[in-house]
Amino acid sequence: MSEMQNLYLVVPLAPLAGAILAGLFGKAIGRTGAHVATILGVAVALFASILIYQDVQAGNTFNGTVYTWATSGNLSLEVGFLIDELTVMMMLVVTFVSLMVHLYTIGYMQEDPGYQRFFSYISLFTFSMLMLVMSNNFLQLFFGWEAVGLVSYLLIGFWYTRPTAIFANMKAFLVNRVGDFGFLLGIGLIAAHTGSLDYAEVFSQADALAGKTIELFPGAPWLLISVICICLFIGAMGKSAQVPLHVWLPDSMEGPTPISALIHAATMVTAGIFMVARMSPLFELSETALSFVIVIGATTALFMGFLGIVQNDIKRVVAYSTLSQLGYMTVALGVSAYSAAVFHLMTHAFFKALLFLGAGSVIIGMHHDQDMRNMGGLWKYMKITWFTSLVGSLALIGFPFLSGFFSKDSIIEAVHFSTIPGAGYAYFCVIVGVFVTAFYSFRMYFLVFHGKERFGQAHHDHHGDHDDEEPSDDHHHGLAPGQKPHESPWVVTVPLILLAIPSVLIGFLTIEPMLFGDWFKRAIHVTASHDTIGQFAEHFHGAAAMAMHGFTTLPFFLAMAGVVLAWFFYLVKPEIPAAIMRTFKPLHTLLDNKYYFDKFNEVVFAGGSRLLGQGLWKGGDQGVIDGLIVNGTARTISLVAQASRLLQSGHIYLYAFSMIIGLCVLLSLWFSVV
Amino acid sequence: MTGMPLLSLAIWVPIVGGLLVLATGSDRNAPMARSMALLTSVIGFLVTIPLFTGFDNSTSAMQFVELARWIPAFNVHYYLGVDGLSVLFVLLNSFVTILVVVAGWEVIKTKVAQYMAAFLIMSGLLNGIFSSLDGLLFYVFFEASLIPLYLIIGVWGGANRVYAAFKFFLYTLAGSLLMLVALIYLFMQSGSFSILDWHELPIAMGAQNLLFWAFLIAFAVKVPMWPVHTWLPDAHVEAPTGGSVVLAAIALKLGAYGFLRFTLPIVPDASQAMAPMMIVLSLIAVVYIGFVALVQADMKKLVAYSSIAHMGFVTLGFFIFNPLGIEGALVQMISHGFVSGAMFLCIGVLYDRMHSRQIADYGGVVNTMPKFAAFFMLFAMANAGLPGTSGFVGEFMVVLGAVQYNFWVAFAAATTLILGAAYTLWMYKRVVFGAVGNDKVAKLEDINGREFAFLAVLAACTLIMGIYPLPVTEVMHASVNELLQHVATSKL
Repeated sequence: MSEMQNLYLVVPLAPLAGAILAGLFGKAIGRTGAHVATILGVAVALFASILIYQDVQAGNTFNGTVYTWATSGNLSLEVGFLIDELTVMMMLVVTFVSLMVHLYTIGYMQEDPGYQRFFSYISLFTFSMLMLVMSNNFLQLFFGWEAVGLVSYLLIGFWYTRPTAIFANMKAFLVNRVGDFGFLLGIGLIAAHTGSLDYAEVFSQADALAGKTIELFPGAPWLLISVICICLFIGAMGKSAQVPLHVWLPDSMEGPTPISALIHAATMVTAGIFMVARMSPLFELSETALSFVIVIGATTALFMGFLGIVQNDIKRVVAYSTLSQLGYMTVALGVSAYSAAVFHLMTHAFFKALLFLGAGSVIIGMHHDQDMRNMGGLWKYMKITWFTSLVGSLALIGFPFLSGFFSKDSIIEAVHFSTIPGAGYAYFCVIVGVFVTAFYSFRMYFLVFHGKERFGQAHHDHHGDHDDEEPSDDHHHGLAPGQKPHESPWVVTVPLILLAIPSVLIGFLTIEPMLFGDWFKRAIHVTASHDTIGQFAEHFHGAAAMAMHGFTTLPFFLAMAGVVLAWFFYLVKPEIPAAIMRTFKPLHTLLDNKYYFDKFNEVVFAGGSRLLGQGLWKGGDQGVIDGLIVNGTARTISLVAQASRLLQSGHIYLYAFSMIIGLCVLLSLWFSVV
Repeated sequence: MTGMPLLSLAIWVPIVGGLLVLATGSDRNAPMARSMALLTSVIGFLVTIPLFTGFDNSTSAMQFVELARWIPAFNVHYYLGVDGLSVLFVLLNSFVTILVVVAGWEVIKTKVAQYMAAFLIMSGLLNGIFSSLDGLLFYVFFEASLIPLYLIIGVWGGANRVYAAFKFFLYTLAGSLLMLVALIYLFMQSGSFSILDWHELPIAMGAQNLLFWAFLIAFAVKVPMWPVHTWLPDAHVEAPTGGSVVLAAIALKLGAYGFLRFTLPIVPDASQAMAPMMIVLSLIAVVYIGFVALVQADMKKLVAYSSIAHMGFVTLGFFIFNPLGIEGALVQMISHGFVSGAMFLCIGVLYDRMHSRQIADYGGVVNTMPKFAAFFMLFAMANAGLPGTSGFVGEFMVVLGAVQYNFWVAFAAATTLILGAAYTLWMYKRVVFGAVGNDKVAKLEDINGREFAFLAVLAACTLIMGIYPLPVTEVMHASVNELLQHVATSKL
């Protein structure tokens, strides 16, 4: 077993070593050295993960401490690994997608002066994410949680001279901190009431927790477990970008495309989903929390999908689609279909990374122009990108037999069977969401790859919000008139192909063991009365049968309707969308402004905080404390001094007079006492 | 090593060394003054290392004790010793002294010997405070340490240094006079100046309350707690870089240490009764000051305010009376020594080049100073309490302890997660990120070897303590348990 334990250590430490090498010695080892070191690190991690996967499949799980981080009172804070089916699946997804992204980066960032730094960051991210998923306790979970947030911050602001990028990265960090604020309180409650941060120990006390109440407001006792779960879920809302903490994710597209694929689509943003699935023994005890999860998830799934329809930046469409898909996963968590959520997490990681990297390939082909209005007809010039993007889009909309179909349909079925309050609303949202997803996905697909070739024309006002570019900034410049887009180099297209394969196959191959077999039996706990997947299992007769049946169900028709409508609107009659936009102006304005979340946050939270800070500083510190009390004391002392100087006039008669008055006062006091 | 009077060495090596440096006199001998100062500070640090390596974690008793008669008429002793609450501060202080000497190496060009001497002498006095077990001896060191800092701000400070130096001196002196009264009262009651005797002394509730207030005023000013904090931003802004570093890293810890050594064990019943007030004041420091820090236009002021907020976590941890709280607070004090010291050094690096502390005068520093930007990023993140850095450890433990005490207290304290990140990263963004802000920024030179050295050492400390804080927390356990027992035992 100790050999395996060493292997567990290798998984996170190999990427860390790569990150340190590329980060601290980037100049010495050069560009090639940096990508060789980091790719080697991640490849080793992937290879080790495969070995561990085989070991877990043989029945060997592990839960143990690596070292004791700190102790205090009775609480022991440790760093340790929990290796089970859920962990090893995440390890495979993270290391595989990360490896693809590392490869891809060689092509995407080849002209960038920050080449080594970029590789260092993405390897550091891989390390952090692995620490997060491999943790056996809340401390390390929180460490990984914040560390991936840090790397995300560094990478969104990678092009640090761009005002939009450094605004977006700070926004991302702060919004995530709001989530972490809830998360930390949840962890604090767990520590206070179980005396441990170790998963196994906490879960073993879950039933005892369920009986406790906590009086947050006098006279209104709440179930402790509900408070804990909602606090934890607030953390997940930040990281997995659920409404209303979703606002950072679209802006995170300011970062280079490889990290949009790796961090802001495939892995980091799914940390919240993973965390809730990991905490299933706790969430199962609180229907209140589950209801909360459902409503938030369903709202995100549908309403963020709507926003995808009005975007013109290719990356932003994919970003909103990510938000919407994260909403689907969250809904699945809420209806206790944790395995379906994790299953969708996995399939989504492949096809969404594919879509993002495909978008990146298009962006390279377009010489860093991201505006879909300047594209069209690209299929002729970028055959591999075109075909793999089509595969990704079909997987995303849940076309039968592709991976997204299995995971998304399972979620829809599970929601259908759920009886938890909010499930009805969620069912509506996920069903309508299917149509919306298909519509915006194929809107993008048609605008980019088919129709009239719109590139090579002078385009002035693309990128409404990128006008503040630096002259030195060589991104976003687009094709010159007459120039044609070109297919990307092999380091870009090979990852596309390697990601397209699981996007097609992985659902078909793994649905049976993951959802209906024993795969997650030990890692995920579901109460019998919530067992929506169990109910779904009764209708399941093999993956092929499910896919065949999929051609006859409502979601399929809705998806096809979305595709056809997109085709009609954007290829056949492009004047229709413009007409609709004019007719429903207020609605379009609402969507274009992303429901005014950003505006609200800027005015109320950012503006309010600054105002409050100014008020407390000028009014409290400088006005009352310094002005009135400190300097006031000094003034009073000098006043007293001046007054007493008047008394010390040197006139004997004044002194004598005061002595007599004093004597009289004393005597009268003495007599009154006697 | 047990035979060596290590604590006396920790106190007197820097003081005697400082006097020798002073003897080099005028700036003609500046190179010699610098070398002597560096040598003294290194020896001063080396003699404290056995305090850590030879420290017995299993006992709460005082270790490395030295006891000699001093003023027999009043039963005053030269009585030194350290326990798990104090030993780390002696090390931290001696360590920071080296950094301060190195940081002032080329920057201080006038009155070099006097500058170096002031820091060395102060270092010795501060070690005296942390190791005194005699009330009067403590008081002498406590008051004497004001003088070098007063001179550092008043002589090597900025334009408004006189106002700041006076404000600093009067504020803290006013506070500590009441403490002297309290110490004399305790002597009259017990016939001894031994702090450990006072820990066992029964005191009536009325007297406990008065003593509590006397100590509170003295210590609260030093911490500083809201609302007696306004001297700190002024002092920091006017102080030279080294002065700010010592002020933030060590001097602020004196007040907090005083709570642990005096208030909690000597007047436990009053401490219990006043705890809610202390918690509220601490939370105000965290939240109110967090907002104030957000709007500062001067980098040093911003970090000064962030120090007050971080110290709010320390006093919060003390008065929730559980091991997580107190140990978290102690860890936070050590970490704050590294992180705030590093933040002030970073600002010093910029100030030395641009002669401005205004955030608005910068922008895009990363373009010309990438190495500096990387260090500054690390310290900014540590200041924002990122896991993996030392800044996280204390905050995490205190929040965990606070949840045990009361959910809403923890709720208010945890807002620092958002506020701390907001004010630190917003400053970082405006100073470091972006396109080159102006011609001066365009001409900046990246850090030199000397600057790289002290920033790298602090970075290592910050990371090591963030990744493996166990050795630090283990030192504290026995003493913290003993302290909590004192607090829980009524003296009425």
